[in-house]
Amino acid sequence: MNKDLVIIGGGPAGLAAAVKARMKGVKDILVIERGGRLGGILNQCIHDGFGLELFKKAYTGPEFAQKYIDKIEGMKIKCMLNSTVLDLRPDKTLTVVSPKGLLEIKAKAIILTTGCREKTREMIKIPGSRPAGVYTAGCAQNLINLLGYMPGRKVVILGSGDVGLIMARRLTLEGAKVLAVVEIMSYSNGLKRNIVQCLQDYEIPLYLSHTVVEIKGNKRVESVVIAKVDDRLQPVKGTEKEFQCDTLLLSDGLIPENELAEKAGVEIDSITSGPAVNEFNETSVQGIYSAGNSLQVHDLVDWACLEAENAGLHAADFLLSGIQGKRNFKTNADSGVRQVVPQYYSGVNDLTLSLRVAVPAKNKNIVVKDGSRMVKKIFCRELNPAEMIRITLTKEEVKNSKGLKVSLSD
Amino acid sequence: MNAFDVAVVGAGVVGCSVARELAKFKLNVVVLEKEADVAEGASGANSGVIHSGFKEPRLSLKALYCVEGNKKFSQIARELEVPYKVVGTYTVGISEADRKKLGELKEAGEAAGAKDLEIIEEKELKKREPHVQGRLALYAPEGGITDPHKYVIALAENAAMNGVKFCFNTEVTGIEKKDGGYQIKTSCGVFQSKFVVNCAGLHADEIANMVGFRKYKVNPCRGEYFVLDKKASQLINGMIYPMPPEKTGGIGVHLTPSIDSNILIGPSAEYIDCKQDLGTTARGMHELFEEAVKLVPELRQKYIIHEYSGLRSKLIKPGSRNIEDFVIEENPAGFIHLFGIESPGLTAAPVLASKVRELIGRHAKLQKNPHFNPKRKKMIRFSELSKEEKARLIKQNPDYGVIVCRCEEVSKKEIIDALNNPLGVRTLKGIRIRTRAGMGRCQGSFCMPKIMKLVGKLDFTLKGGESRICHCSLR
Repeated sequence: MNKDLVIIGGGPAGLAAAVKARMKGVKDILVIERGGRLGGILNQCIHDGFGLELFKKAYTGPEFAQKYIDKIEGMKIKCMLNSTVLDLRPDKTLTVVSPKGLLEIKAKAIILTTGCREKTREMIKIPGSRPAGVYTAGCAQNLINLLGYMPGRKVVILGSGDVGLIMARRLTLEGAKVLAVVEIMSYSNGLKRNIVQCLQDYEIPLYLSHTVVEIKGNKRVESVVIAKVDDRLQPVKGTEKEFQCDTLLLSDGLIPENELAEKAGVEIDSITSGPAVNEFNETSVQGIYSAGNSLQVHDLVDWACLEAENAGLHAADFLLSGIQGKRNFKTNADSGVRQVVPQYYSGVNDLTLSLRVAVPAKNKNIVVKDGSRMVKKIFCRELNPAEMIRITLTKEEVKNSKGLKVSLSD
Repeated sequence: MNAFDVAVVGAGVVGCSVARELAKFKLNVVVLEKEADVAEGASGANSGVIHSGFKEPRLSLKALYCVEGNKKFSQIARELEVPYKVVGTYTVGISEADRKKLGELKEAGEAAGAKDLEIIEEKELKKREPHVQGRLALYAPEGGITDPHKYVIALAENAAMNGVKFCFNTEVTGIEKKDGGYQIKTSCGVFQSKFVVNCAGLHADEIANMVGFRKYKVNPCRGEYFVLDKKASQLINGMIYPMPPEKTGGIGVHLTPSIDSNILIGPSAEYIDCKQDLGTTARGMHELFEEAVKLVPELRQKYIIHEYSGLRSKLIKPGSRNIEDFVIEENPAGFIHLFGIESPGLTAAPVLASKVRELIGRHAKLQKNPHFNPKRKKMIRFSELSKEEKARLIKQNPDYGVIVCRCEEVSKKEIIDALNNPLGVRTLKGIRIRTRAGMGRCQGSFCMPKIMKLVGKLDFTLKGGESRICHCSLR
């Protein structure tokens, strides 16, 4: 089978990319989704707060997804559900399986919107026994919201990422007792609104600079021991505190899923764990684009969708007019900045940078420099690693570029 | 009445090997296992190595049985369709000072019957193992790897199809001599048997105590492991061992390629008091990484996707620190004990089983079971098949086209097959070790809810007993 544009992943980013590409005139589009319905992880996010940036209204996850699903249906964009891409090769051929069979597809362009996964207990290397009752927060969210199964009654949550905060509230509303949210850093990794609405409103204690040092219980979790950590994030002896509980949830960060991108030989940024792209969202393999949480973990779905629209737009340009992106210059995260996307740019187009700071900061300037030339300086009262920062540079600002450096300064 | 000729206590590799061996004869055999599945003890938590035997003390049972077991293994693997790959072993010396010791190991190995051992120099080592750092190495071509869970499952399934009865969640609580045999009280009722074979591993001394045999004490010795992402599989080709550590004994923290292209790092060695303590520790995990990175400097923390620990059953000679050899003893008559079956127990198990059969055969002439079928079919693994075979299978059964575990590419059909396994095991862990669903980099975060949905039972457990995954339904 031949296709002009194949979009892998029917979550919000994939759908936004498809809609944009169709609006730009691409007729032959296929969205491949492994789940039984479109919308991806939004389907299990039944809380609200989605869409404030794009629609100026707070929707639930399924509502937000439905806005795009309606467009997809209205535009009659073809979607394959229950379909898993097993292989993707650099020549943009892919192998897909579904209950209907195995299919080989040759695409002219591909957009990867494969989302992300959660860090596991094993990645964090939490010591202790291996009983039932240790789940990632997203897994527990799936159990409760999609299956209607309650994972436990007395819960400790490690990590103050947004999914963990949302789950603290969700479990409380279903009658569980959330004993503590434990965060190894001295600041929370979640959005401020979630700290207020999910923890403070329910009087759930947040232990900053603490971590879980042991899981106890043979068959099911019986207790969890937490301890204070020092400046090197090492547990301090004598500060242990034991919580009798039956469940430990983990919300310690997300990792972009790029197994297919790697199979296709796409260059991966070791800091974001996503493909290194240019301002067209194009990867190092010509005609393969990346957007959404598989490119970089976003704080808001709105930004993931905007990013995916950009990928859809440029995939359309590539397919219809042969316009290709360039990787002439690099962007670099310098002191105080953890990551910058895109990693490459042409120097001839407008350029939107997404970045995250490394640690929380107050009253600092975000400084964008091109060589020694100051391109932009933005004063920020408060900077938080949990929140993504977006800076748009005009093509005039990056003219005669040598490479951009983004840093924080006083 | 649950009356049997032979009751085997413990469904580890030894118990299941004994069961399969005895199934070749006209014997009514039962296996009593306290856990919900086979291989829940040391048999499922080791490096999965079929050893060549050259590192064991000269002329010890460990050495002799290991060499013999190694020779038997290819045939068993063929009969039972168990994965087996000969990859070779490198014992790596970091400096010239290790040359003498490696020479001694080579001599001892040759005396034990290991073939084609050679000492290779740095340049040759780099050629064969580009990521391994060392001055020289002892190479043994015979060392192989298997999947220990799949091996024990295959032994048990083959025994079961030849008439052996398996009772899981059945803990032996007391044994009495009765009617010329033994009456065994368990958490699931009473069993009567003419012979009892004590293959309880770590708990073998507790079982022996029940019939007043108190000669041996089993000491749990914990070994922790890391499992690496398949993305790191290129780091090694063969098994990479350090020089045998003189202080702690044993074989040291090593790197082993697994059948499924993960790398295992471990085990550490730590004597502990509690036989239930299967936890991992911060110190143990730190040590594993520090030791392994000496051998393979390119190792990175981010490659680690799983940790676990196992408990070795160590017998220590009273009044010394020396480790006892394997022990097979009959006491009282008709009650056969196996003690201290630690490494290389996985390799030696078929030989141990035939020794048990010989001991039983001394009491009564065993008659061959004319219907014994040594062959057992493995489950279909979708991810291992060619595109053409995959397409054909999906046509036959659309459930093959539904991928439940994305990381290990496990289909819905395989999950259903695993749920209907011939041993009747119904746990999440049982599905994991049979299909690999949940053993990849997301560790089941994505596929566990899908499996829960497929199972459709709220009381589904991780590993039997009180290990329920969910608490209650909201609907």
